[in-house]
Amino acid sequence: MAEPGSNRTPETGAFFQRDRQWHPPAFTPGYKSSVLRSPQKALLSFDNTLSELTGPVFGHAMIGERDNDLIHNFAKPGESAIGERIIVHGRVLDERGVGVPGALLEFWQANAGGRYRHKKDGYLAPLDPNFGGCGRTLTGEDGAYAFRTVRPGPYPWPNGPNDWRPAHIHFSLFGHGFAQRLITQMYFEGDPLIWRCPIVGGIRDKAAVEALIAALDMQSTIPMDALAYKFDIVLRGRRSTLFENRPEGN
Amino acid sequence: MAQPLDRPKESPSQTAGPYVHIGLTPNFCGIGGVYENDLGSAMVNERTKGERIELRIRVLDGTGTPLKDALIEIWQADADGLYNSPAELRGTADPNFHGWGRCPTDMETGLCIFETIKPGRVPFRDGRLMAPHITLWIVARGINLGLHTRLYFSDEEKANAEDPILARIEHRVRVPTLIAEREGNAYVFDVHLQGEKETVFFDS
Ligand SMILES: [Fe+3]
Repeated sequence: MAEPGSNRTPETGAFFQRDRQWHPPAFTPGYKSSVLRSPQKALLSFDNTLSELTGPVFGHAMIGERDNDLIHNFAKPGESAIGERIIVHGRVLDERGVGVPGALLEFWQANAGGRYRHKKDGYLAPLDPNFGGCGRTLTGEDGAYAFRTVRPGPYPWPNGPNDWRPAHIHFSLFGHGFAQRLITQMYFEGDPLIWRCPIVGGIRDKAAVEALIAALDMQSTIPMDALAYKFDIVLRGRRSTLFENRPEGN
Repeated sequence: MAQPLDRPKESPSQTAGPYVHIGLTPNFCGIGGVYENDLGSAMVNERTKGERIELRIRVLDGTGTPLKDALIEIWQADADGLYNSPAELRGTADPNFHGWGRCPTDMETGLCIFETIKPGRVPFRDGRLMAPHITLWIVARGINLGLHTRLYFSDEEKANAEDPILARIEHRVRVPTLIAEREGNAYVFDVHLQGEKETVFFDS
């Protein structure tokens, strides 16, 4: 099925193999929840079939006007969420450096005090009556996206006796194939808690951690209103089908 | 030295954490009024072609305890084996079937229930038909990178026996970890993250 209103040729090449040394491994004992939830046997490797190459499409029709504005999308009329107002923007690219258009981004976060609107979160910081903590948007033709929110607070969590999560925003991404599906987290430049976090610490390569740290972007701020952070996200790239292996003569 | 390839690397994954519901199924966790519905909560309508089935899926940790904070997404072909995706070049899938569903595990029981249809057979890379199957993607607190696997159907013995992916499983005792058992119009499927019955997870 072609995307309605799109004249892009759908790509059908297999995705590049995932670099599992770059991602955190399943078993990261510093993050205790991983101990009993990590598969221990070898994964079954195979080149993508149609089941992994294809993926659902999400249209603009489902996105509401305020879905990308966490300052207002849960607030009472005329009110807004409390906290440091920020814009988060960037591009969704694939491993070829090409923008991924029409990608669905969903994001969620704690409020400015570090408290989630969730019945399992018992942190003593108060809920903000005007902050829900979820948002979503679709990337444009060049893979660009933006949303407005408040900077989430760091929060303590039961892991070690005194572990704190750095300020972070959770991101979920849908690219064009189900095998590109990704959930990650964005951290903020300069936060000293990043390097003490057992969840971040599951990532072995310092450059990989840095790929999750958004830079303060003074060029994209709104003076007297909001600071800005730039966060690019990279999804798996796919092979070109130009020379797809097929029996000679076809 | 040679020219650099200049390829950006995939963003590293991080766990979905315990509050994944806020972002992906806000209505489920009591955050109403932001989105009309949670995405992926309804897969079929009265015009969807195919046999109606129910999937009852649980995810169990290394002690056999069901996860109550996981989230499962499924992706499948329509009744004729066509995916509702731009990368599907073999034909047009059933317009009444999106093929994608999302369900958080129940906070009390750990059960995920998908109301869907039985998918048709989809060809493997070389043209052989794969057995009917549903692709699963599982995230939760404690899972650092989303887990990919498949659900096959217990009443498709012949198709399962010739499925090229199932055929690649070296230790044949592990094949049943991918096969859901039929009970009436439902299929029951336990995903074991760890231990003797660990599900076969994919790298694809
Ligand atoms: Fe968090």
